[in-house]
Order: sequence, then C-alpha cells, then structure tokens
Amino acid sequence: MKNILKISFRNLLRSGRRTLLTASLITIGVIFVLVYSSLSGSFKAYMIGQVTDSMLGHIQIHRKGYVASVDNLPLDKNLNQQQINKVTEKLDENPLIESYTFRLKLGSMFSNYVSSTGIRLNGIEPQKESQTLPLFSARLDGIDTASLKEGTILVPELVAKGMKVSKNDTVVLVATNEKGSVNGMNFKVSGTIEPISGPGGRDGYIHINDVKKLLRLKETEVSEIVIRLKNVDDLEKVMKMLKPLTMIKNAKDKPVFELHSWKQLSPFYNIVKMLDIMDISIKIILISIVLISILNVMVMSVYERIKEIGTIAAMGTTPSTITKLFLTEGLMLGIFGAALGSIISYIIVIIINVIGISFSFGRQDLLTLNPTLSLNEVLIVSVIVIIISLIASISPARKAAKLNPVDALRQN
Amino acid sequence: MISNKHVTKVYKMGEIDLTVIKDLNLEINHGEFVAIVGPSGSGKSTILNLLGCLDKPSSGQIFIDDIDVTNLNTTELANFRGENIGFIFQSFNLIPVLNVYENIEYPLIMIQNLAEDERQKRILQLLQDVDMLDQKDKFPDQLSGGQRQRVAIARALVTEPKIVFADEPTANLDRETSNQIITLMRNIQREFSTTFIFATHDEKIVTAVDRIITIVDGIITQDKRVSL
Repeated sequence: MKNILKISFRNLLRSGRRTLLTASLITIGVIFVLVYSSLSGSFKAYMIGQVTDSMLGHIQIHRKGYVASVDNLPLDKNLNQQQINKVTEKLDENPLIESYTFRLKLGSMFSNYVSSTGIRLNGIEPQKESQTLPLFSARLDGIDTASLKEGTILVPELVAKGMKVSKNDTVVLVATNEKGSVNGMNFKVSGTIEPISGPGGRDGYIHINDVKKLLRLKETEVSEIVIRLKNVDDLEKVMKMLKPLTMIKNAKDKPVFELHSWKQLSPFYNIVKMLDIMDISIKIILISIVLISILNVMVMSVYERIKEIGTIAAMGTTPSTITKLFLTEGLMLGIFGAALGSIISYIIVIIINVIGISFSFGRQDLLTLNPTLSLNEVLIVSVIVIIISLIASISPARKAAKLNPVDALRQN
Repeated sequence: MISNKHVTKVYKMGEIDLTVIKDLNLEINHGEFVAIVGPSGSGKSTILNLLGCLDKPSSGQIFIDDIDVTNLNTTELANFRGENIGFIFQSFNLIPVLNVYENIEYPLIMIQNLAEDERQKRILQLLQDVDMLDQKDKFPDQLSGGQRQRVAIARALVTEPKIVFADEPTANLDRETSNQIITLMRNIQREFSTTFIFATHDEKIVTAVDRIITIVDGIITQDKRVSL
C-alpha cells in the first residue's frame, strides 16, 4: 500500500500544473461551502438567538385559541390561577427547563395628554422576564431591568419617537376590561425599548401588577407562559415532555392549553429553512465540481499513460492493483483539495471575525456576524469530497485495469 | 520448456479475419538463446506476445513448464507473468516517476511482494551486473538509451524469471551500445541459464544467438541451430 501511495503521489506531481489546477478547483469549492455555511450558520444562530432570547423564549403555553387571535390580544383567553398551577407543576419538575415567566398582555390607548395612539402592552415580572429572556435587558436603553417598577412603563422606541415622549415623562394608559369597563392610569416613562424583527416590535412593557390594577382584575390571570430551556437543542424533547398538557380537557371536553415552540411562533423559522435549502444546493454544486474535475483529470491520466499501464501489466501487475493505483490518485487529489480548502476556510473565518462583517436585518442595524466553523461541518464536507473523488475515479481506473497489455504496449 | 501445439492467431479487422499465425508448433528448451526473425508483419511480435502470455491464441495450446497457460484468466495470467516471465522492450518502457533503483524494485514489491533485505540484495547485485550501480538514484529521463536498456534488463531479471522476452531490444540503440547490451544478456543467459527469446531484425543479435527461427506470413519457414 505504501508503494501504491508513493507511485500515485509521484504520478500526480508529474503533471504538477494540472494537479494543482484541479486541486485548487476543489479547494475553492470547499472554501465556498464552508465559509458560506459558517456565515449562514452564524446569521441563523444570531437571528434565532435574537428571536428566542429577547422576545419569544423557546416555548410558550397559552389558553387554547389564544395564538389564533393573538393580534387582538384577547382578554377572555387568559389562563386562571388553577390552570397556571397545573402548568407550573409540570414545568417545575422538568430538569431541562431553565426558567419561565408569566405575561399578561392587552391592547390599550397610549396618551401624552396631547394625542394618543394604540399600543400593545405586556405586563411582566421584570426579574423573571430578564432571567427567561437574557437579551431583554440588552434592549433596554441602558436601564436596569429592576427599574421597571410598578407605575412605570417601557415605551417602544417607535412609539416614543412618534409621540415625542422621553424618560421621566408622564403618560396615560387607557384600557377596557373584559366586562367593558374603561379605566385609565398614569405611568412614568422609565425608558425606551429597542425594536426587534418579527412580532413584538411595537410592544411596551409595564409591571404585571399594574395590568391587574388597570383591568381591575380580582384574581390572577396570565396570557402566556414563556419558557427558556437550558439547552435549545432539547427543544423537541421538551415539547414532547410537555405534550400531555395539551391533552387536558375542560368540562366541555375541549382542550384547555396550547403549546408552541419558537419555530411555530416566529416567521423567521421559514428563513432558517430557506438558508438550509441553500446550504444543500451549494453542497450539490460542490459535488458536481469535484465529480467533473476529478473525472476529467483521471480520464486524461489514463489516456496519456496507456503505454505505461501496458508495461506494468505485462510485468505482471494484476488488474486490481492497477485499479488501486488510479483510485489512489483520484483519492489523493480529493484529500488534498479538501484539506487545503478546510485550512483556508478556517483562516478566512478567523479573518472575518477580526474584521467583523455587519449587516442590517429588518429594522435593526449593525448586527455583527461571528461566524464559527464547526469541526462537524468540516468533516462532513471533507468526507463528501473524498467519497465523490473516489466515485469519480472508479470509471477511469477500471478502464485502465481492463486495457489489454498487447494493445496498450503498441500505443505511443 | 515452452511448447506450442497447433497455435493459430486470428485478428478480426472489421469484416475480414486476418490469420497472423498459422498452426504453429514450436518447442524451446530451458536456457536457449533464440531469435525469431522475419520481415515486418510476418508475425514475430505476435508469437512473442503469445509465448509471453500477453495474448491468447485463437486456437491451440501453449504450455510453459507443463502449465497450459491458454486456460488461465486475466489475473492468473498476470500472476504467472509476474512469477515466470520478464520483458524487455524496444523503447525501454521504464516508469518515469520512479528512479533506477525503484524501477527495478517495482516488480518485487508490486508483484512478488518480497522482503526488504532480500530485495535490496538482489537489486544491488543486478545493478552491479548491468554496471549501473552509480546511477541508481537517477530518473529515466536523466539516462542515455543504453543506460535505460540496462535498467530495463535488470528490471526484467530481478524477479528471476525462467524466460525473458525481448522485442527489438537494440532497435533504439547505436551499434556499440547494442553490442554491449547483447553481450550483457548473453552473459546473464550463461550464468543463470535464463531462456532469452528475441524478436528482431538486428544482424548483431542474429549472429549472437544459438537458434534462429524464421517466420514468413505466420509460418515457420526455417528453424536453424547455430553452433558458435
């Protein structure tokens, strides 16, 4: 085997320029795939992180039917204390869940005494909210989460700008409760909150207790329970574990709860799926490049070496050894291309990290990508390239092995 | 010993069948130094290919040391050649990517799979025999024609074959080099009693052999033993 490697390697060096050209073609292909998937992966991870860590959480539980009419923020589809208990019982015993928080949501009028506008309000428990959504406090314009005390409001930037309100101004929130009674309360603006892409970009935040007062609720109610997992990879597992909640029926034999993962709640998941499809397409292009270039080079190798093949065959080299010689040659080209491509990709990814590529997405500016190249991805791409190199070499190698030594020796 | 019984070789040239060898019956003994001569197209190379187990006859049988080589498949034939037969070609056919030493070593590792120290012993001895020891690290394109043919002879002999086939071994060499090469092969034949079978036009070879088989149109017209 050592000698087959030696001979194949020297044969590759013999037409050095051609070998270099083919190998660099494969190398460039590998670089494209790896750098692309690292960039798209980091974009994906970043966006998923944004979506799950600043707004949606990983999983949400609502009263059945809430999500379908979520745009109206219905008050008659909230969970009562008894239902909350049933859910938290389940959540507390689950070791994969990091934390959870309650939100009580409503639509309300926002007034600065001069004009008014509609606003979506989230009543939250600030401490638990920032625990469950680690990026929540990052969206607050330099304010501590703890400063969202009762009687204060975090105004979405867009509304703050439009209504010309700023920190410490007083505003009025007016809301109608389930029974139709209208109530208004004064709030002090404790700060503004940055918009994010997707649903929730125009949401203002107040303390959950203030919502109770505003709506004159006598009992505890929440609209949604937001759950954060210790590890987002456990999403499907936890979804399955929580599934029994959706089986609980009320007196009318209708399910009480509904369970959604961030994938179902965020339109960004479709972009993720699209990125994955593009990832596969670009890999298919790589496979074609490798297949065609190796096939081409190996066919040429066999044709220009017919007499040599005849000689070694005459000397008694068996057809299987001749096959191995050419397969090894193609394999080495693939391995070389894959290895060089991987190394250069690592370097490019490091450079991208140093320079920093930023982009805008939706209403957000200057998101910086931190691409990483996972060893897994590198291995998968390398294995694909190497297997395809081998496949591309099979036909030329078999042709070489099948040559009749008499005919081959007659060639010049 | 090589013996042929009613060997015929027919090539198909499109619609036409071309009979190149007609009912060949030939015996060549161990250790003979034989030249097959004849005009171009007479079938000398074809006989060499048939006897050298590179090609199969259309009919008839070829025995080498009582083994019917006509019944062997491609791989068995390759193995048989590797064990028993050496080839020397008109254009030397050295492997360009291997140096002199590695070219001679090639059949020992790729075909016979011999142990390292035994390989080295044999190769160095042969390099000395063909007077190429000081060139052992050179590559074929750094050698003259005569030097290349010496390497090719060493390569053909390194497996200790019973028979060596040489197709016009001196055609690409000048007179003096040719004479040296012929003398070299003659000495080897005497020393190891290796059978040498040449297909040639070269008078220098014809005068050096002890048996001349003349072929015309695929038929042996003369089989002459020469006593030197």
